[in-house]
Amino acid sequence: MRVLAAMSGGVDSAVAAARAAEAGHDVTGVHLALSRNPASYRSGARGCCTIEDSNDARRAADVIGIPFYVWDMSERFHEDVVEDFMDEYAAGRTPNPCLRCNEKIKFAAVLDRALALGFDAVATGHYAQLRTGADGLVEMHRAVDGGKDQSYVLGVLDQEQLRHSLFPLGDTPKALVREEAARRGLLVADKPDSHDICFVADGDNAGWLREKLGERAPNHGGDIVDDATGEVLGQHGGTYGYTIGQRKGLRIGTPAPDGKPRFVLDIEPVSGTVRVGPRERLAVTGLHGTRPRWCGTVPTALAGPGVTVQLRAHGDEHRARVEVTPDGEVEVELLDPAYGIAPGQAVVVYDGTRVVGSATITATDRVAA
Amino acid sequence: MTSRTVYLDHAATTPMVPAAVEAMTRRMLEVGNPSSLHASGRTARRVVEESRETIAQAVGCRPGEVVFTSGGTEADNLAVKGVFWARRDADPRRTRVLTTAIEHHAVLDAVHWLEEHEGAEVELLPVDHHGVLDVEALRAAVERDPGTVALVSVMWANNEVGSLQPLEDVVAVTGPHGIPVHTDAVQAVGQVPVDFARVGVDALTLTGHKVGGPYGVGALVVRRELGVTPIVHGGGQERDIRSGTLDVPAIAGFATAVELAVKNQAEHAARVSALRDDLVRRVVAQVPDAHLHGAPIDGPGVRRLPGNAHLGFPGCEGDSLLMLLDARGIECSTGSACSAGVPQASHVLLAMGCDEESARHSLRFSLGHTSTAADVDAVVEAVAPVVERARAARA
Repeated sequence: MRVLAAMSGGVDSAVAAARAAEAGHDVTGVHLALSRNPASYRSGARGCCTIEDSNDARRAADVIGIPFYVWDMSERFHEDVVEDFMDEYAAGRTPNPCLRCNEKIKFAAVLDRALALGFDAVATGHYAQLRTGADGLVEMHRAVDGGKDQSYVLGVLDQEQLRHSLFPLGDTPKALVREEAARRGLLVADKPDSHDICFVADGDNAGWLREKLGERAPNHGGDIVDDATGEVLGQHGGTYGYTIGQRKGLRIGTPAPDGKPRFVLDIEPVSGTVRVGPRERLAVTGLHGTRPRWCGTVPTALAGPGVTVQLRAHGDEHRARVEVTPDGEVEVELLDPAYGIAPGQAVVVYDGTRVVGSATITATDRVAA
Repeated sequence: MTSRTVYLDHAATTPMVPAAVEAMTRRMLEVGNPSSLHASGRTARRVVEESRETIAQAVGCRPGEVVFTSGGTEADNLAVKGVFWARRDADPRRTRVLTTAIEHHAVLDAVHWLEEHEGAEVELLPVDHHGVLDVEALRAAVERDPGTVALVSVMWANNEVGSLQPLEDVVAVTGPHGIPVHTDAVQAVGQVPVDFARVGVDALTLTGHKVGGPYGVGALVVRRELGVTPIVHGGGQERDIRSGTLDVPAIAGFATAVELAVKNQAEHAARVSALRDDLVRRVVAQVPDAHLHGAPIDGPGVRRLPGNAHLGFPGCEGDSLLMLLDARGIECSTGSACSAGVPQASHVLLAMGCDEESARHSLRFSLGHTSTAADVDAVVEAVAPVVERARAARA
């Protein structure tokens, strides 16, 4: 196969490319330039947008012995991922830009271009496993290394995308991937893992949003209100700086009467109100999801001991019953409550280790006060 | 798989000619710092001075006007910054720098640096749709206030679209006001006749690796009367304008290459332009909406480098074309600035009035001394399927 290996400059995608080449594929390495102005993004080597990362990817391609190019995806990335991230926060939701990037950039814009240019598949360093099921469909399963499993952020891929994807690392623990990188002479072997959001320079989401949202922000401040009593407990500098379930950074002077910590329960961007209360008020027993993406056959209902949902990257599995309504929306009943779930997050549905699909959370059912 | 490489990126760098390799490697086995006073030093100095004389002879200047540098970029920086500083020091009113919108980044970034850090007022002069300087715009800019112009810098030939600039006209405008003119001639030497004294410029950049010499060596030809403030300080080896131990082997290879390139220029230009014309016509026959950017190649008095074919392929990304051709062993360029490997729409094409779209769908094929008819055949054979595929990738 002719394989396009997306190379971020990190250790995982380098080893993935090396493995694809070793498997006998005709591999070409491509670094995706996602930042319109590389200098304005990360200055360290942890993200995926710097000149240094591009050079690391190039050197890895040299060592593997494959051609290497840089593709400028910065416009698409800005439109489809960064703008969406800002809009979602402005609307009081909590988006996951990595899913969005996988859905719109890596396995859409890049994959489409690769296929048109004569490639058969895109290989990435994501930790997830692909196998062909009894029905002939490609199934995506959790990675062997549970701590590194990235099937959650790939839950947006449909069958067509999965058919043209390769995840060569899904069967290997991260520690062994690093060892293998060193053995292969890849200098990125001990490069730190990337974290956070690649386009937010220092991981300070609120600060980044404050700077970038400008007039798009629904408010740049308002009241922090006790959800039970309606008492104004403090002020904040913009609802976009908060996410449901957040505990830190509220800077409330008066402690709660019961001495328990308070959490963000709700965000009301129009009135600029942040509502806070005790943790138990965060308990969610049901979810509504929209814009589902199914990896294979569209299910109508899913139940059983193996059915779980995951609600954030590296989050817990929750036992669940899932129903797809006739109009294609997703209803999830959680058999044990989840905490701190915000609209905008993705719910990814699993059957055992297999990813069934995903949807964007629009609303949650809370335990009554 | 690919049996051979079709190298059509000579404007980026061209293979060293065997005589230059020989001249260079011979000197690599000899010791001697040309600044040393003993016999070995004198031998090394003699090589440098003979090289200087060879280059002076080839480009029409006096030997004492050749200042060796580490290459074209350093020579451009030395000319732009060094002349700006010297002229402003002599008269603080001289703060304007006039140059074209299509200069190489070695000039553009240097003038923008002066703008940002030294209070220079930079005026980027427009070009026409062939990529040729609008001399009337230069005249207007100069005559608006000639006493405030520190420097005019206009390249001899553009590196992307190959357009030759009207330097005689430039000098005719500046001459009466005593304004010095620098020209970046790295693309021109050996391709078109280049005569420093005859054209009447005050400073001229040339470099080794574009003429069949080694990388890492070049020269600024600069009139003795023109003050140039150094940018690299040290031993003052080159007329106190440029410091650093001279790279004797590289200079020997450089001089040999310049001498040969200039000696063979007319024959080379005739041969390479015939190949280029053939390439353009046959590519357009294969891909009917492909079109040549820059000066036309038909008719008398072609104002274009002989080896340059800069072609637009509507509906394609230049990047895709480059990658698909590379996979077939055909090496060319998108002609775009490329700092982090992130392609940006060419400032040259934008200045010529192309929109972002057509600035992105272009490829530069640049032919040189090793190019053959078989190279042209290879491009003609590959171009239609490659363009078709690249168009599909845009859909």
